[in-house]
Amino acid sequence: MSQGKYQAEHATHSSRIGVTLIGATFVVLALAPFWGDRQTLRLLAEIFTFVALASLWNLLAGYAGLVSVGQQAFVGLGGYLLFALVILLDVHPIAAILIAGPIGALVAVPVATLIFRLRGAYFAIGTWVVAEVFRLLASQISALGGGSGISLPAAVVIAMAPSRQLREFETYWLALALTGAVLGAIVALLRSRHGLALTAIRDNEVAAQSNGIDVTRIKFIVYMLTGFGTAMIGALIFLMKLRISPDTAFSVNDWTAFVIFITVIGGIGRIEGPIIGTIVFFMLRQALADLGSLYLLMMGAVAIVVMLWAPKGLWGLIAERFGWQALPLQRYLVLAPKTEQPGGKP
Amino acid sequence: MQWLNVILQGVLIGGLYAMFAAGLSLIFGVMRLVNIAHGDLIVLAAYVALLVTQALGVDPLTSLLLVVPIMAIIGYALQRGLLNYTLGDDLLPPFLVTFGLSIIIQNGLLELFTADSRKLQAGAIEIQTFEVMQGVWIGVLPLIQFAVAVAVIAGLQVLFYKTALGRAFRATSDDQAVAQLMGLDTRHVFAMAMALSLAVIAIAGVFLAVRTNFDPAIGPARLIFGFEAVIIGGLGNMWGTLVGGVILGVSQAIGAQINPGWQLLAGHLAFLAILALRPQGLFPKVSG
Repeated sequence: MSQGKYQAEHATHSSRIGVTLIGATFVVLALAPFWGDRQTLRLLAEIFTFVALASLWNLLAGYAGLVSVGQQAFVGLGGYLLFALVILLDVHPIAAILIAGPIGALVAVPVATLIFRLRGAYFAIGTWVVAEVFRLLASQISALGGGSGISLPAAVVIAMAPSRQLREFETYWLALALTGAVLGAIVALLRSRHGLALTAIRDNEVAAQSNGIDVTRIKFIVYMLTGFGTAMIGALIFLMKLRISPDTAFSVNDWTAFVIFITVIGGIGRIEGPIIGTIVFFMLRQALADLGSLYLLMMGAVAIVVMLWAPKGLWGLIAERFGWQALPLQRYLVLAPKTEQPGGKP
Repeated sequence: MQWLNVILQGVLIGGLYAMFAAGLSLIFGVMRLVNIAHGDLIVLAAYVALLVTQALGVDPLTSLLLVVPIMAIIGYALQRGLLNYTLGDDLLPPFLVTFGLSIIIQNGLLELFTADSRKLQAGAIEIQTFEVMQGVWIGVLPLIQFAVAVAVIAGLQVLFYKTALGRAFRATSDDQAVAQLMGLDTRHVFAMAMALSLAVIAIAGVFLAVRTNFDPAIGPARLIFGFEAVIIGGLGNMWGTLVGGVILGVSQAIGAQINPGWQLLAGHLAFLAILALRPQGLFPKVSG
């Protein structure tokens, strides 16, 4: 037992199955234009954007402990950057989406400098104020329609692809690729040494700090990275919508309340949570959308119930019951060279 | 003269913001809870007042006699039945539960009362004004509202430092475990704090409803105003919230005078400026 060297391993039996399944799902989804109709493609693309937004919020709140109710600031920023770049500077829409990312990260710097002075729930409301400021500023830009908003010019939309069908395929693949990239980046981040630091912060901030982790710096970086991703996804969302206005771009319900419910129901602080949560959320939405505001009321109630009785969400229940992880993120110590599968804790 | 008028109106509306802030500050002080549903509870109080005035035919200020106890009971029940289970070291449960509550109240009110805007009619008093000096006019109702805000904050101050309940609040705030050892039932103390917070909310809600139109969706903005007043004034300082509310009100009034689109923006920018220059607020008492 005490002989031999130990080495850290990420993969477990369940994560190997998980990665295979995720890979297969990705291929099936990439082929969706060949098996799905327009309606399905639209729905799937919308689902992808929510998976990406929820995963980014999960990184922020679940791992870095930065509970934000102001991520709509970056969704709206991305959307408005797309429209500004395309309409005012003649940039290609796809290039505009890619430019929105770095600008989002850049804008996150002064925002973070300011609101990191607030702690806990006050930080949350501070992010909200920033989003409100963004919304009010956007409604002052008369070149982009001011308070009533603006549509993407038809010429730009038509120039994207030779036919309407091809354009729809293009945006669908774009949504899939961007969401895949966001998820991939988050997994890569969590598997790196910074990811280990983040997981430590998630589990106990004080203990993480006493082990020499520069908590503030890591949080700052995570905030910037989420700003990057969220602005990019925001630009994508409004390329799909083709119309933007301050109220839709900076909507706290659409881009934050739903995203929080998704993450909490799926399982906060776990990478699988937002994916499970989005699936549940959309299933509920398809089933209950006719109820209107009652549906939102029920979502609020479900989130409260989950928070009180299953604070780790649906995936948390599954992971703890069966010891599963869909992606190889946890570290297990194993005896080298004999690589036996331990069933226990890291 | 015009600017003096503008600033004066800003100061008076600041009293309303201070009442939004006082309830928020109170429960944060006692149990470190930030109630995201605070603004929606203000709107709920306005609708309760609407029902009371319609059912009994009384004027809004008299309806306070019923609205305040109703809201206080809701607050006590809410804390005992729900929010006490969320308190602990983790920030997320109270945040998410009050966030869920906010969505529930908003959409519940939408179901019951539709999205139409409503207003409480206070009669002739609404338009009564008097001239303080040449060219400077003050409305009677805004003045009453400001006086009530000062009275509410003075009352909370006396309650905190001169009564047994206030002593229990301060003890629980300082150290929950020791307070429990001394025989305080902290669940009851927390519930009393929430009841008191909602009593203040009730007063704020009625004045809001007399002053402007309201609909189920305006809660979050009231939460933000209250929060900004708390941070500007400094965490944990009741008189600070009054100063914070006044600064917010005056900034908004000045912004609106320059350009109607800048009213809210000016208030937010004043808040962000304070945050940049003096993040602990003007008169801090506890560290957040």
